[in-house]
Formats: sequence, structure tokens, C-alpha cells
Amino acid sequence: MKFLQDFFDKVRPNFQKGGKYERLYPAFEALETFAFTPPHTTHDGVHVRDSIDLKRTMFTVIIAMIPTLLFGMWNVGYQHYQAYGMEMSHWDCFVFGFWKVLPIIVVSYAAGLGVEFLFSVLKGHSVSEGYLVSGLLIPLTMPVTVPLWMVALGAVFCTLIGKEIFGGTGMNFMNPALLARAFLFFAFPAYMSGDIWTDLSPEAGRALVDGYSGATNLVTFDENFRNLPSPSDMFWGFEQGSIGETSVAACLIGALILVGTGVGSWRIMLSCVLGALFMGYLFNLLAPASMPNHAMHTPGYYHLLMGSFAFGTVYMATDPVSAAHTEKGKWYYGFFIGALTVILRVFNPAYPEAVMLSILLMNVFAPVIDHLVVEQHIKSRLKKSKLSRA
Amino acid sequence: MAVETAPAPVVEKKKEPLFSKKNIRTLRDPLDDNNPITVQVLGICSALAVTVQVKPALIMALGVIFVTAFSNLIISLLRHSIPTRVRIIVQLIVIATLVTIVDQVLKAYMFDVSKKLSVFVGLIITNCIVMGRLEAFALANKPWPSFLDGIGNGVGYGIILVVVAVFRELFGSGTLLGYQVVPQWAYDMGYVNNGLMMLPPAALFIIGIYIWVQRSWNKKLINVS
Repeated sequence: MKFLQDFFDKVRPNFQKGGKYERLYPAFEALETFAFTPPHTTHDGVHVRDSIDLKRTMFTVIIAMIPTLLFGMWNVGYQHYQAYGMEMSHWDCFVFGFWKVLPIIVVSYAAGLGVEFLFSVLKGHSVSEGYLVSGLLIPLTMPVTVPLWMVALGAVFCTLIGKEIFGGTGMNFMNPALLARAFLFFAFPAYMSGDIWTDLSPEAGRALVDGYSGATNLVTFDENFRNLPSPSDMFWGFEQGSIGETSVAACLIGALILVGTGVGSWRIMLSCVLGALFMGYLFNLLAPASMPNHAMHTPGYYHLLMGSFAFGTVYMATDPVSAAHTEKGKWYYGFFIGALTVILRVFNPAYPEAVMLSILLMNVFAPVIDHLVVEQHIKSRLKKSKLSRA
Repeated sequence: MAVETAPAPVVEKKKEPLFSKKNIRTLRDPLDDNNPITVQVLGICSALAVTVQVKPALIMALGVIFVTAFSNLIISLLRHSIPTRVRIIVQLIVIATLVTIVDQVLKAYMFDVSKKLSVFVGLIITNCIVMGRLEAFALANKPWPSFLDGIGNGVGYGIILVVVAVFRELFGSGTLLGYQVVPQWAYDMGYVNNGLMMLPPAALFIIGIYIWVQRSWNKKLINVS
């Protein structure tokens, strides 16, 4: 670490006031605080500073995403070789997926950080670290076959419309990564849904196996939920889907890291699950007996395993900026996400990716929920004080 | 946002040149500083609906210019003889007559465009811009400035419509006024038309970005809510 410190000390004068690259100071500052905690001290009032600043919080989230990323890479290769009926080692699957996923990540970071750096230099504020997480979340929500320029467009949209327009990191009222996905979903439906989930780059001397179908479990679910893969397959994630979403197991590891470090809210995750289970089982009760294949008959817990429910719950819904802030509000917020997801899945086959839409919708409602919770709290306190005075 | 309060009646003067400074300002203000869509936030609905392509947007803009200009003129001519208690009804009759004229002309000479604009021509009657200008300006000003104000507001509305439509048609279907603009080789390279641009939310995004750019560039609009 010493040589890094020396290096930063040596080049710092160039970027400070009067230096050669004064205008680029935000960029320098961003790179420096990447490596070292900034040396700020408080000037007045409380003198306690938590060393867990925004950058380190974001890094915790990235670490929590690594299991889904690694599994996603492996699964990309696995699905590819499955489609051609080839038996390959786990390592080969992983390497294949690695080279497919890496460009998407690089493009996402390059495009998004490009916009961020541009804005920080133009406006003279420091580069915010919010994009570190969004930049990895975007690739994880993409199908592996997505054209790279679309990823770039999504990343630019995410930073520009999702964040900068409202004043940068921490000011956005919707999850930027999810916004990017929603944007691409509606802009290029042919590339974000349908038979695009497996990378089908040709293998010499091989043809697609006969039984190959490009459907994700959500598409299957829309047709007839009885054809869904077994719950264990859906849990471990040996199926088609966006890069990061398939494995519930990997998301659970991420959830453990997030909850253990206190970065993600366990209340939101738990209430999402409760909301989905509640709706799922309620539909089981209400399901018409005359139509045994109606989607309402889907066992309630299936909804937790299908599609990107786990991924959205763990990484998207818990975004501290766009989620509800009050403790009680988080319960409502999560519960509605879970419940809405199931409702949309069961009754609206046009948009199978219900998790994305319900999280975005609840992002919009989060401030209202907070407001109501606070109002209600004030009211109950007033009542109490009146009682005690009387 | 509330319609701006009526300006004080113009002080009678002997001879004012047709394009005096004040008249020019009446004409120019709605184009930018006091744009009906981006500053007063009126008439959003039709801006979302008719801007998928440039041609209908242009026709719609022309229709609105015609209606705002002549309704302003007529109401301003009648302003002393309209009883205040029934003025809304009188205004509506004037607007409805003009809109009907526009609608009939479109049906007679541009039937395909008329079909595309469908109900939105008729809905010019309810366009807040038209009535807003009558209430705010025509009732208190002489015919000539009112006419200019009507043209200004119509054009201010039209500019936004056309700008939005250009972006939506260019990115949504790769054409402008029906002519292919995005070359075939771009499609061969893997470029795809943006489906979101065909949906109404795209107009909201573009208007939002327009407002953003306008406010960071026009110093007068800073801190005007």
C-alpha cells in the first residue's frame, strides 16, 4: 500500500488548485478514495466518523453480488453446451461464460462511469460511487445475448435520467439499474424477451439438440405452470434467464453478506418474501377448481424461486436510496413488492418480469409510505401525551 | 401550474407601431421564456399523443396556431360586449367553431392525416392553452396584440411538438417526415429502432429533458416553478 500512497502524494499537486489538471480533480479524487479512505475530519459538533463511507458500502454490495456473478458466468456456459448437447467440465462452462459476460460488464462500467466523470468535471463535484453497484447490476439483469451498444445505452440512460437529472447519487427516486433494465425492456423488446436467453454461437460440427427450447421458467409459467422445472432446479438455477437472476442459492449467499454487514435491510427482504407467499397462498385458496391449470394454482413458494424474484428482492428492493426509509415503512414497502409481483405474474402474461415493474412502482410510492408512517407516528404520540396529561 | 394572472390592460395610446417592442415581446415570449408546454406545463396530453411522427405533429401545430390566433382575435374584438358571467360559454363557442373549421379542412384535404390525428383535433377545444390565453390575454388586450399572442403561443406549442416528434420519429422508426434517415447499413450493423420512442412515455422523457436543457441554459427560468 505504501507505493500507492506515494504515487497519489506525488501526482496530487497536479490536480489541486493551480495545478496542471485542476479541472480533472474530481476524477483524481475518485480514484484516490477508491484506494484510501478520504482524510476528512469533522470541523465542529460530533467528532465521530464512521470509516464505512459510501464507497465502502458500495463495495460490500459488490462483494455480495459476486456469488451471483460467478454462478451466472458458469450457467451461461452450461446452458450453451446443453443446447448443443455437449458434456463439458464445469471449468469449461465457466470460462465460456466468463468471456461472454466480461464485455457486457466492461461496456456497462465504461459507459456509465463516462457519463459520471463528464458530469463531475462539468459541475465540479466529486465523482459519486453510486455507479459502482449499478454498473454491475445492469449486466446481471441482462440476457447474455444482448448487443453491447444496448448495454451502453442502458448505462447512459441509467446515469443520466436515473440519477444526474435529479442531482446525482442519493437523489434518485428510482433504482437506476432497474430503470436501465426497464428502459431496454420497453425499447428493445425483441432483445430482452423471447428466445434469447442462451448464447447460441455455433459450435463446429454440432447442431442444436432436438428438445431445445429457449423459454425461461416465466414463459413456461405463462403457458402452463405444471410444466415448470422442478423446485430444486429453480432453486439452484440450472435454467435459462438473465445472467444473474437464475440462482436463488447464490442470491441467498449475497443476502447473508448484505444482512450480516448491515448494508441491506433484512426487513425489506423478509417482507418481500412474506408478501409473495401471502399472495401466492391466497391465490391457491381462491383458485377456481374447474380450471386445474390456471396460474392461480401455482404453489405459493414457487413464486420465490421463479424468475428474478430472489435477485430483485436481495439486490434491487433493498437499495437504500429508493426504498422506504422508516422501519415500519420498510415492512409495507417490501410486502407490497412481493404481493404485486405475484399478482402481475398471475394475471398479466404480457409482462412476465413483474419483479422489475413492482419494485419500480413501489420506489415511486416509498416517499408516500414514509410520509404516512411518520404522520401516523406523530398522531399516536399526540394521543399518548394527551392521555397522560388528562 | 396556474395560468398566469391577467396583465394590466394596455394603456390607450394614440399610435403604436404594428411591431412595437412590446408587441414583439408578446409574440416572442411564449416561444421560450414563457413557453406554454415547458414553462406553463399546459397541453401535455396532446403533446404525448400526436408526436409519434413529425407530419401529424406539424399539422397539429398548424391547427393549434390557427385556433389560438383567431380565437384570441375574435374574443378580443368582442371583449367589451361579452357579459363576464357567460364569458366561458362564449369562448367555448368561438373555439369550437374554429376547431370545427380545422377539422373539416383536414378531412377534406388531408384525410389520412386527419385519421391519424383522430380525436385530438376535436380535443383542441379542451386544450388548456387556448382557453388560458383567452382568459389571461385576449379579454384584457386589444385585437392586434391578442392576435400576436395567439400566434406566439401556438408556435411555442408547435415548436415543442415538432422537437419531440423529430426525436421520436428519428429514434423510433428511423425516418423523418416519412423519409428513411437511418441508413440501411446501420441496421445491417445491428442498430435497432427504439420501441420505447413509439410509446407515450417517451414524449414525457423528451419534454423533461427539453425542460432540463432549457432551464440550465435560459437564466430567466432559474427558480421559476
